[in-house]
Amino acid sequence: MPMAAEDIVTLIEEALPGAVVEMRDLAGDNDHWAAKVTAPQFTGLTRVKQHKLVYDALGGRMGGELHALQLTTQAPT
Amino acid sequence: MSDTNQRIADIVGGNDVVLFMKGTPLFPQCGFSSRAVAILDHCGVAYDSVDVLQDMEIRQGIKAYSDWPTIPQLYVKGEFVGGSDIMMEMFEAGELQTMMDEQQVAKAS
Repeated sequence: MPMAAEDIVTLIEEALPGAVVEMRDLAGDNDHWAAKVTAPQFTGLTRVKQHKLVYDALGGRMGGELHALQLTTQAPT
Repeated sequence: MSDTNQRIADIVGGNDVVLFMKGTPLFPQCGFSSRAVAILDHCGVAYDSVDVLQDMEIRQGIKAYSDWPTIPQLYVKGEFVGGSDIMMEMFEAGELQTMMDEQQVAKAS
């Protein structure tokens, strides 16, 4: 069962208060998502650490039921 | 350290640029791995690849090794750099090429 976009957004927003999440359906199949996450928690972190915060927010689903999530992260400017 | 961890450490330590991927550079088996290969080819650097589909221990072990849940994974001079999204962000910003230069990585022949 693929994850709905709203569920992905909710998980990220709950783990990273103040985060802005933009979702894009890459293939029009409700399964291949691109997420752009802007969060104050990213400030000063390397990209690897920023991505890990998002993966942590998704609670182990990344690489499992969430195979196809393309992720871009940035701190607010 | 487990045997698998040691094997991964040997691979990562023994090659300047290593990509753990699904499939091979000529025949990638996943869109993300394909993208990672294309980025490295654009950088023009020599790299080795490990097909995790051929080795279940490495396929699982590499995720624990880097504490990173997905494949592909790029390592340069023993350091984990990121997956395909980070590679793409770095490539578009010119950072990946700069890093390869700074690390004095061999060019592809």
